[in-house]
Amino acid sequence: MNIHEYQAKEILKTYGVAVPDGEAATSVEDAVGIAERMQANGTSLFVVKAMIHAGGRGKGRTKKNHAKGVILCRSVEEVREAAASLLGDVLVTIQTGEEGQTVNTIYVTDGVDIAQEYYLGILLDRGNSKNVIMVSTEGGVEIEKVAEETPEKIVKEWIEPGMGIQPNQARRLAFALGLEGDSFKKAVKFISALYNCYVVTDANLVEINPLVRTPEGEIVALDAKMTFDDNALYRHKEIRELRDESEENPIELEASKYDLNYIKLDGNVGCMVNGAGLAMATMDIIKLSGGEPANFLDVGGGANVETVKNGFRIILDDPNVKAILINIFGGIVRCDRVANGVIEAIKDPEIAKKVENVPIIVRLQGTNAEEAKVIIDNSDLNVISAVLLKEAAEQVSNVLSA
Amino acid sequence: MSVLVGKNTRLVVQGFTGSEGTFHAGQMIEYGTTVVGGVTPGKGGQTHLDRPVFNTVADAVQQEDANTSVIFVPPPFAADAIMESAIAGIKTIICITEGIPVQDMVKAKQVCISHGATLVGPNCPGVITPGEAKVGIMPAMIFTPGTVGLISRSGTLTYEAVDQLSKVGLGQSTAIGIGGDPVIGTTHTDAVKLFQEDPGTESIVLIGEIGGSAEEDAAAYIKEHVSKPVIAFIAGSTAPPGRRMGHAGAIISGGKGTADDKKRALRDAGVHVVESPADIGQSLKEIL
Repeated sequence: MNIHEYQAKEILKTYGVAVPDGEAATSVEDAVGIAERMQANGTSLFVVKAMIHAGGRGKGRTKKNHAKGVILCRSVEEVREAAASLLGDVLVTIQTGEEGQTVNTIYVTDGVDIAQEYYLGILLDRGNSKNVIMVSTEGGVEIEKVAEETPEKIVKEWIEPGMGIQPNQARRLAFALGLEGDSFKKAVKFISALYNCYVVTDANLVEINPLVRTPEGEIVALDAKMTFDDNALYRHKEIRELRDESEENPIELEASKYDLNYIKLDGNVGCMVNGAGLAMATMDIIKLSGGEPANFLDVGGGANVETVKNGFRIILDDPNVKAILINIFGGIVRCDRVANGVIEAIKDPEIAKKVENVPIIVRLQGTNAEEAKVIIDNSDLNVISAVLLKEAAEQVSNVLSA
Repeated sequence: MSVLVGKNTRLVVQGFTGSEGTFHAGQMIEYGTTVVGGVTPGKGGQTHLDRPVFNTVADAVQQEDANTSVIFVPPPFAADAIMESAIAGIKTIICITEGIPVQDMVKAKQVCISHGATLVGPNCPGVITPGEAKVGIMPAMIFTPGTVGLISRSGTLTYEAVDQLSKVGLGQSTAIGIGGDPVIGTTHTDAVKLFQEDPGTESIVLIGEIGGSAEEDAAAYIKEHVSKPVIAFIAGSTAPPGRRMGHAGAIISGGKGTADDKKRALRDAGVHVVESPADIGQSLKEIL
């Protein structure tokens, strides 16, 4: 699960990680109020940031007002203008695609003076199943780029499972950033607190880029990105509540409510499959057959009438879909039962209307596959049956070239 | 011959009396697997499926010489179940449960390593040695005894491949579903190593998918150490970057973990990589 920068910073603060003063606003008046409060505390430089889940905001522009996603302001009045230019407009960044993302929330934060920028990230190293903390003196740029071009500038510490970060590890990382004196001590504290936050909240990723040292020697998180392990959300009510559904694809969101794992893609052949691995393989076979997959859809183990119906509704919501391939390997679940379910789903008046011009290829393999084929063939519906995966692939090419 | 499970398997089922545990334990018993009992804390002393129920895995080890466990415990408690097995002295732990938090698995995997236990999964269909023992949830009737060792991260894609193999007359020595999570016990490399060393395995089918670098690691191992023919399919050539494709571990991030990278590494190691998942059985037959 993704959250916004301001939410990440609120969490970090509660774990003792230093972040600049700031507050989120959903209206211009609120933004002005926040800026006035901060001004009374001595702030003279503000940054107004658009809160969308996509990255690349600093270089992005809004559609209507051509405002940058991150705006530096020298007065409360400038904060007012920045807020007005962002709120309600659509921000397009390198990560949002052309359609962009509507800015519903902005973050008004202290414009920290920067002496030096660094990178700090924590995630799982899948290679050895240990958490790894990475730091780099190359802050403010994409870490993938640093890893590619100057990998020696990334220093890593792997944490022993169950042990937590040890003082020597935090020290080594702070030394690697070239820090000394008070800044060194603050960095050690920062890194330790951040790791603690990462583990306790079940984060998948905590990324501070840039981490900055101020001219006064403070170490603060100028930006913050956190994503969380969906499998652990059950034990973090406070994090679950931070979910912003307006940031998610509406069809994918609907699918998730039916317990369907759906990801929209740009192709012309929809697919419905049981199991994630087979679903990916089915997308690949669509491509090899001359089509492009319109989606990933894993219906899980059940594949009953309701699941199939919901699957159809979601796939058919995409106007680009010219054909649908259903690929079910029936192991424990019997294929004849799935076949009857598919037919019943297609007979649903709402679905029947939509599939009039969309050929459906149903490939059922496994227990009772032959009986299932007979059921499909004997239905007088616009449905093509297949048993072997190869046959399904051929049917997809036939349908697309028809 | 076989790897991980076989005639000597004495299986204890964790989460024995739950609905999943009951159904699949029944199927495993029917297949001929030696199921010596199950564990459901608080139900020790009862009998279920004509087998004893124990309060702890340690009791099952002590009283029934259990040497293998299979886990159907719900996700919040599954990592604990893995650790319990490892500490009780179980040497082969197969975890079917899907949805275990990553940080729980980081700890559980370490405990398995410390106690010398081999973990398979989690989020996997299990392990089967056709004709000897089935420890998992796979449909038994598609498997046939033979000499092909199969490794896969996914459930139904495993069944697809096995079905193709059986249809072209290629039976399986053992099929290992290693699981689709970011932290898993037995990796592609570990499984390849087991099959290379197993006299009953003559060829290897490796099924991978996008995300991580386990297939690249296996390729490096194969290049140096494997003499048996290996055929591979990598799922997810058409998957977009940055999106998790169902399995928690199936994601291309930071440009890493693409199907192309994995195929290239495997081909470079002399592995025969098939582009279409429909060609796994036929291609292996042609090679052999």
